[in-house]
Parts: sequence; structure tokens; C-alpha cells
Amino acid sequence: MGTVGRVGQMVWSSGVLRMGHVGRLILTSLLFALIVAPAALAIQTAPPGQSEYVPIKDLPATDQIPAAPLLIAAYAFVWIAVLFYLWTIWRRLGKVEDEMRTLAQKTMRR
Amino acid sequence: MRKAFAPLLVLAAVLFAAAPYFIAQAPYESTMGLIQKIMYFHVPSWIGMYSAILVCGVASALYLFRNNQAADRYAVSAAELAVMFGLMGLVTGPLWGRKAWGVWWEWDVRLTSALLLELVFVAYLLVRKYGGPGAEKLAAATALFGFAVAPFVYKSVDIWRTVHPKTSVVPTLPKVMAGPLALTAFAFLLLFLVLLTLRVRLAERQALLDELYLAHEE
Repeated sequence: MGTVGRVGQMVWSSGVLRMGHVGRLILTSLLFALIVAPAALAIQTAPPGQSEYVPIKDLPATDQIPAAPLLIAAYAFVWIAVLFYLWTIWRRLGKVEDEMRTLAQKTMRR
Repeated sequence: MRKAFAPLLVLAAVLFAAAPYFIAQAPYESTMGLIQKIMYFHVPSWIGMYSAILVCGVASALYLFRNNQAADRYAVSAAELAVMFGLMGLVTGPLWGRKAWGVWWEWDVRLTSALLLELVFVAYLLVRKYGGPGAEKLAAATALFGFAVAPFVYKSVDIWRTVHPKTSVVPTLPKVMAGPLALTAFAFLLLFLVLLTLRVRLAERQALLDELYLAHEE
């Protein structure tokens, strides 16, 4: 066994080589993380910080108005109008029928 | 008409019950989103108004030129329905416009002429109620005026520049939107027929009561 062989034996017996193997794994992982992480961060770049806040009055009017209440109001109005009109017909028919009955009673008394 | 009343009523009820499902299934319009779904009640309400104007105009002509009393009862009933369906259109339109255009109302040709058409039929009813003797003839002439003006109101969006969409929008709708619109339009037409039948029944009873009063006084 030459000098190199003896050094190798010493390194092996001291566990440096085995540690070196694990170390290489750790080193590779760290290098991978250092290379990939900035690339991943570069893809998901956050928008630049706002230099000012825009007041709401400067937004288009159509963006400020919620649609759902207007839609519900429109559909509700149609139904209320139909039901109200039906009620007026029913009420007027009732009045006419009452008048007819009263008139028939008057005619009977004659 | 009276025999068909019950089936019409049932069919209209079924269609109105199914309408919300089909309206919900219809896709959103790309620029207006949710608010565009007002179209499924807004357009049919105008279809209802134009149907009422058609009936009122034809019946008024029959009353005015042939003195047909039954036609007059149809005319007054259809005029009331024209006002009711017109009011639906005039209320649902601004609710849509508020979100789509950013304003409740715009004094452009379509919106203004639609309002005036509504007022013509309000005038018809006021003349009949407060016009005194001979008011029926005057009201019939007013209805004929409204009947003649209605096509111009419809075509106004194609003739003049307005904020309102053109008449070409509805025929070019994709099937997924045209289907629910056709369903609600049909439901509104059935509703119009049901309400017209009821209102004509009321007019007939009122006419009979008038005859009974005259007979009673004699």
C-alpha cells in the first residue's frame, strides 16, 4: 500500500469520505435550490408596488354598480306588476258582480 | 278563447316556473355580464306591449269604422295591457342601463319615443275615463295613432344613432341565449292572452251591467 493508499485508508476510516458523499447530496440540493428558486420567483413576479392610490370616483361608473340588486329589482317589478294588475281585475269584477246582485234585488222588490 | 283559458293559464304557469332555470343556464354576455340577463324579461315585455298595441289598433279600427261594440271591449282591454307591459319595459330598461351605460335614462330617440308611445296609451285610458259622451270614438282614434307610430319606435334604433342596441341583436343571438329568450317571449305572449281574456270578461260584465241599469230605469 503506497502513500495514497494509506491516506485513502485514513480518510475512509475517519468517515470523511462517507460524510463527503452525504455532503455532495446536500451540496447538490443547495445548488439546485439556488439555481431553480430565483427562476421560479422570476416567473411569479409580484406586480410593482403602487406609487399612488386611485380614488373610487375616478373608476368608470359601470364598475362601481353591483349587477345583482338591479337584476333582482327588474324581475321583482315584473312579477309585482302582473300580480297587481290581476288583483285590480279581480277587484273590479267583484264590484260589478255586487252591483248586479243589488240591481237584481231591486228589480225583484218591484 | 274562453275554452282555451285554463290550458293557456296552466301552460303559462309551467313556462314561467321553468324560465328561471333556463335563464340561469344561459351564458353571460362578454361585456355586460350578469346584468344582461334582464334581457330575458325586458324584450318579452315589449313583445307583450306590441301584441297589445296590435290588438288595440285593429279592434279600434273595427269599432271606429264598423261600430263593432265587441271590438271596443277588446280595444280597451288591450290598451290597459299595452300600458302594463310598456311600464314593465320602461322600468326594466333603466335598471339594465344603469349598469350597462352608467345612467338610468338617456333622452335618445328609442327611449324617448318608447316613453311617448306609453303615454299615447295612457292618454287612451284617460280619454275613455274622463272624456264624457263620445269619448270611446276619440279614444279609438288615439289608439290608431299609437298603432301607426309603433313601427317607427321599433325601427328607430336602426334609423337614428342611439345608445340602445339595434334590432339586429336579437336575431343574431347564439342558440344558448336565443332558446331561453324564445321561451320567455312565448310565456309573455301566453300571459298576454290570459290577461286579455280576463279583462275582456270584465268589460263584457260591465257592458251587461250598463244594459241592466238602462232596463231598470225604463
